[in-house]
Amino acid sequence: MYSEKVKQHFMNPHNMGEMEGADGVGVVGNPVCGDVMKIFIKVRDGRIADISFQTFGCAAAIATSSMITDMARGRTIEEALKITRGDVADALDGLPKIKMHCSNLAADGLRAAIEDYQKRQRGEVSPGGTSADPCAACAAHATGECDSPTQHGH
Amino acid sequence: MDVAYFDNAATTRVDPRVAEAMLPFLTERYGNASEPHAMGIDAREALEASRSTIAGAIGARPEEVVFTGCGTESDNLAIKGMARRLKKQGRHIIVSQVEHPAVFETAKHLEREEGFEVTFLPVDREGFVSPAAVDEAIRKDTTLVSVMHANNEIGTIEPVAEIGAICRERGVLFHTDAVQTLGKVPIDVEDMNIDLLAASAHKVHGPKGVGLLYVRKGLRPEPILHGGGHEGGLRSGTENVAGIVGFARAVELARDSFEEETARCRHLRDALIDGVLAGVPHTYLNGPRGDRRLPHNAHLGVRYIEGESLLLRLDAEGFEVSTGSACSSGDLEPSRTLLAIGLRHEEAHGSVRVTLGRWSTGAQVDRFLGALPRVVGQLRAMSPLYSEAKARGEV
Repeated sequence: MYSEKVKQHFMNPHNMGEMEGADGVGVVGNPVCGDVMKIFIKVRDGRIADISFQTFGCAAAIATSSMITDMARGRTIEEALKITRGDVADALDGLPKIKMHCSNLAADGLRAAIEDYQKRQRGEVSPGGTSADPCAACAAHATGECDSPTQHGH
Repeated sequence: MDVAYFDNAATTRVDPRVAEAMLPFLTERYGNASEPHAMGIDAREALEASRSTIAGAIGARPEEVVFTGCGTESDNLAIKGMARRLKKQGRHIIVSQVEHPAVFETAKHLEREEGFEVTFLPVDREGFVSPAAVDEAIRKDTTLVSVMHANNEIGTIEPVAEIGAICRERGVLFHTDAVQTLGKVPIDVEDMNIDLLAASAHKVHGPKGVGLLYVRKGLRPEPILHGGGHEGGLRSGTENVAGIVGFARAVELARDSFEEETARCRHLRDALIDGVLAGVPHTYLNGPRGDRRLPHNAHLGVRYIEGESLLLRLDAEGFEVSTGSACSSGDLEPSRTLLAIGLRHEEAHGSVRVTLGRWSTGAQVDRFLGALPRVVGQLRAMSPLYSEAKARGEV
């Protein structure tokens, strides 16, 4: 069900681990949904100089996290912001359809990390990073009333 | 790599002795059991001998055993068949919240499409249905109760004899899905007051594509498949003689080694459960311990990691296991059973089911206990939930 690329990144993820002294941290997902992704970045001269991730989730969630760290490293902020979920899935030679929404959060995670960095630049405090939680709005999920798994990705 | 197949609740290896018994019925004795010529009679005799063997193993009469295409079909025939047959007497049925989808979705279908009312009985923390709750749920218009013999995920053996006695006293039918217990837990449909019972060959080292439904004498479920009137008119379709012969052989083999094999599995199961709980921090057992648990089932919660990742990393190490995580199911919902026993969604995502079989060995269990702490450690090293728990001082 998974491509060879997904399996490689899942078994040997790149740039995995918490980062000391990150300039921006993005958190996406929700443990209730089964995926939580945390992206750490260091920015030098407008470029992503270092990037790492931590992920709780399925193989697709881990592989997309690993892939986006490769894709974003060395890019300018503007370039990094243009990376889409589709780009990440394509770089992994595709993801199973059912995983496209729920586990393909890496691009959102990177964007959240960049937003956190930009907030810090503007002097706005952000302890623990910026959370862009696509599941947070779906309170119905926790009560088991989310009846649209394909749309919401639960 | 030597693969340890630890997913015997999903399906089992066909025992070579079963395959051997089946082979002549594929290549030489392939007659249609409905035909009156010699080859037809030969097939009919093999079919009826198989029926007797299997009936004997569950305390039934041969004419009360109907062969079907799978356990799911048997559950459908029992529930839809009896609910529809008795709909003039009442349109209320009772099932548990932890039933296999073959029962649960069938009940939902009757509720949604055919105007039946269904009571879904809750379970306790270990997955047990309360017989008293069954008694309370029965109404004047109740026709059928269905509670599984043992849960396919967490291995809880339900008090079906008590539930059967209550149903008999209250005058409602009792169906049980025994797909996980045939050959592993004693079954006697008379002693247990069971009216309908579903089982499947491929869970007991028999072939896929054969199921059975025990139908107590005098009951007439409305058939789902109409046609040539096979199986007493309850299940039309040319009998899968080779598969049924294989099913009977599988039941015989399970019966002949029942005591030593279930004791052996229990011993391995307990070594595995104790080994995981002692060797991997922040793990817990789902379902009960001891004799009220399926002899071959271990179901463990592993905090801070997600089940599909764990399954695939174990697969890469040569262990085939299963998980209750949403991420490996088709619909992305976590296991209904795990939520019913009170686990939170995030806990249900992080579970692993290990189910042993005839070829599982102590050496495989030891190897698993050696590999699991490493694999869990790798995934926890990636997990932000684990880091956060560390920061909170939980781990």
